[in-house]
Amino acid sequence: MLKRLLITTAIALAIGGVAEAQTPRKGGTIRFTAPYGSSFANLDIHTSNRAQDEIWAKAIHRSLYNWDAAAGKPVLELAKSVEASGDGLTYTFKLRDDAYFHNGRKLSADDIIWTYNHLMDGGKAYPGARYVRMIKGAVDVEKGQAKTISGLRKIDDNTFEMTLTERIDPGFYFWTATTSIYPTGESQNEAFASNPIGLGPYKLAEYVPGSRLVAERWDKFYNTGKPYADKVAIMIMGEASARDVAFRNKEIDASILGPAQYVAYKNDPELSKGLLEVAEVYTRVMGMNPEFKPFADKRVRQAINYAIDADLIIKRLVKDKAYRATSWLPPTSPGFDKSVKPYPYDPEKAKKLLAEAGYPNGFEFEWTATSNESWGIPIAEAVIPMLEKVGIKAKIKPVEGSVLSEVVRKGEYQAFLWSLSTGPDPQAALKCFHSKTPQTACNYTLFKNEEVDKLLDEAGSTNDATKKVENLTKVNNIVFDEAPYWFFNYNKAVMAHQPWLKGLQPNATELAIQNFEEMWVDESSPAAK
Amino acid sequence: MAAFLLRRLLQTVPILLAVALIIFILFSVIPGTFASSMSDDGRSVIDVQVMERMNKEFGFNDPVYVRFGKYVAQLVQLDLGTSFRTRQPVTKVLAERMWPTLMLTFASMLFSIVVGVPLGFIAALRPGSWVDTVSMVGAVSGLSLPKFWLGLLMMYLFALVLGWLPSFGYGDGSLRYLVLPSIALGVAPMALLARTTRAAVLEIMNADFVRTARAKGMSERKVVQWHLTRNALVIVLTTIGLQFGTVIGQAVVIEKLFSWPGLGSLLVDSVTLRDIPVVQGAILLIVLSFLVINTLVDVLCALIDPRIKYT
Repeated sequence: MLKRLLITTAIALAIGGVAEAQTPRKGGTIRFTAPYGSSFANLDIHTSNRAQDEIWAKAIHRSLYNWDAAAGKPVLELAKSVEASGDGLTYTFKLRDDAYFHNGRKLSADDIIWTYNHLMDGGKAYPGARYVRMIKGAVDVEKGQAKTISGLRKIDDNTFEMTLTERIDPGFYFWTATTSIYPTGESQNEAFASNPIGLGPYKLAEYVPGSRLVAERWDKFYNTGKPYADKVAIMIMGEASARDVAFRNKEIDASILGPAQYVAYKNDPELSKGLLEVAEVYTRVMGMNPEFKPFADKRVRQAINYAIDADLIIKRLVKDKAYRATSWLPPTSPGFDKSVKPYPYDPEKAKKLLAEAGYPNGFEFEWTATSNESWGIPIAEAVIPMLEKVGIKAKIKPVEGSVLSEVVRKGEYQAFLWSLSTGPDPQAALKCFHSKTPQTACNYTLFKNEEVDKLLDEAGSTNDATKKVENLTKVNNIVFDEAPYWFFNYNKAVMAHQPWLKGLQPNATELAIQNFEEMWVDESSPAAK
Repeated sequence: MAAFLLRRLLQTVPILLAVALIIFILFSVIPGTFASSMSDDGRSVIDVQVMERMNKEFGFNDPVYVRFGKYVAQLVQLDLGTSFRTRQPVTKVLAERMWPTLMLTFASMLFSIVVGVPLGFIAALRPGSWVDTVSMVGAVSGLSLPKFWLGLLMMYLFALVLGWLPSFGYGDGSLRYLVLPSIALGVAPMALLARTTRAAVLEIMNADFVRTARAKGMSERKVVQWHLTRNALVIVLTTIGLQFGTVIGQAVVIEKLFSWPGLGSLLVDSVTLRDIPVVQGAILLIVLSFLVINTLVDVLCALIDPRIKYT
């Protein structure tokens, strides 16, 4: 698996390398797709944290940090430099002095401070509040006990200080579009939700709700010479089959592929030349509720892991559009332990463990799942006969995505099948296994382990990067051994792109989210002019 | 006629209220909220405080009857509430998506009428002929084809193979973009209209007054013009009215497939994301359109056939 992953990464880097080797061409339109079903929420990105909305936001907005897809880590975006204090809690940011909002006004420290205060408005439900809450005094603003966040201090127009409550890397907290920087006060205007003003490479030109969003080049964008294309048109196309026809008809430049299309595209001599494959930071799992008696026993949970031939399902059903999961953290994470092997397919061992746990004849459980082809009912249906071989009977309870999200948080399930974010910050991803993390947050399987708590607490309080990673690796391995989940696979995201589209980035956090200023189209594009 | 119109108008109110109540109860019973839908992809984590604030902001902390009372009080003032998703008034959200759906509906009904009615007429005038057989086999096929599959097939054929039309999207709202979705949506009503027209004409052809007209020496052209057409039109018009409502409802699949920015795709998104005010508003609007169109059809029928009296 790792060998395959390395080859894939090499291919991805090679694609990037080729793009950089050519001289980017100015002009034309990038015809991109937003493939995740629904229309955009609205054009106030602070109100939505869905991947679908982040796609357009990357054209129009910018946050304090950005995700560097090649390096696989957050990097400064709106600041030129940052200095951390000795205790690792206070950060001084020096903002860039060439960033202009789409209304022509220059970015200042006031805008950053205003935006973060705005996100903590206790009367509104801004998803980005979960990140800002890490700043000292942010909770007071949320509760209405203070007017401004005490941990944010303006030093001058281009400098501000941020004091945190925990020793965390702020880069992992302030890079998503949901913390995009707005010009002070502008979003209070009603028109803002339909005419957003950002700092990004493109400014809004047209929005047809449910169909497309078009943005045109912002000439005062700070990255000299970028963006390359004159326009970006983002088509809302939730239907994979419609996307397939449009892509083959050269009406769109990129398309996210599902397992069935992946096979078709891979076997096509022409289409296979334009595939970008990335190991995304999501782990597909079956969560087991310890309040359902059999799953309280570690041996039963491990037995489930031994009883399922995950490799076979990945090969036959997921059509190799996934990498076998060997723990909770994905292979790109610094906390990932390469020496750990996946649970082998061993039904005999599963039977033995079940017998030891007091279930020699197995048991029956209800399995909550959505219809998703990669991590839903089709997978459960393939697993059920394997479980039956060791005596476990599973009954599928089909639900919608929003219902799954609710029942899992409330613990109203026996087992669930889902794809969960396990990146990019290993500390945040593993915090889900701290006994103090509630089920409503992300401790969905009510995980409780004293050793894990201790290691996580130490990782959160140390300034020693090596020790932090060591602790996180240990936690990841304990979680894998305790098996609160059946570890199925890490998503392999695949994007088909036309030969004329260059500069795509292998974004492991979500392949459909791209920095459009890095992309360009050559003269062979139908929309080159 | 005025009394009839007034009565129909008054009938609309309890129907709309009943529909509003049903939708309200359904969405109160089924699990999932707007807040939970925000993290349905497993990627987008929302923390507890934000979820609680969302539920508070959207009034989920009140009991169902209180929420319904507030909703009815709003409805009385013709206020459909605020969309959870866009934070805009539902009326504004619906208005944005109404025009594309109207365009699509009218275009598909136009296609179904222009093709379906003459086809049914011709088939009825030559019963048992090859025209009759071919058109009726076509009509049955048209009725049984799943819209999604038909739409996809048309995309493939007319966009990819022949390259005549764009495969998806709204474009600049021009007719080029309208052709494929409206035909994909119009095939089923076209088939139904062809069958209904054929049946209606055949039935009238055997009626006593037609036989009498022929016996009195009226020319076949005049029989068709004065007796068949006029009488069949009442039945055909009623079918058209009913189909209008059905087409608006069925636009959901086609709009999603073709990335058409209408009410149908809005409705699907809003159901998925539990944007309840928009779901309620969109369904009420669809029901209202259905009622208005059918009232109009009744009026038209009365104008065409003086025997129809409305009191």
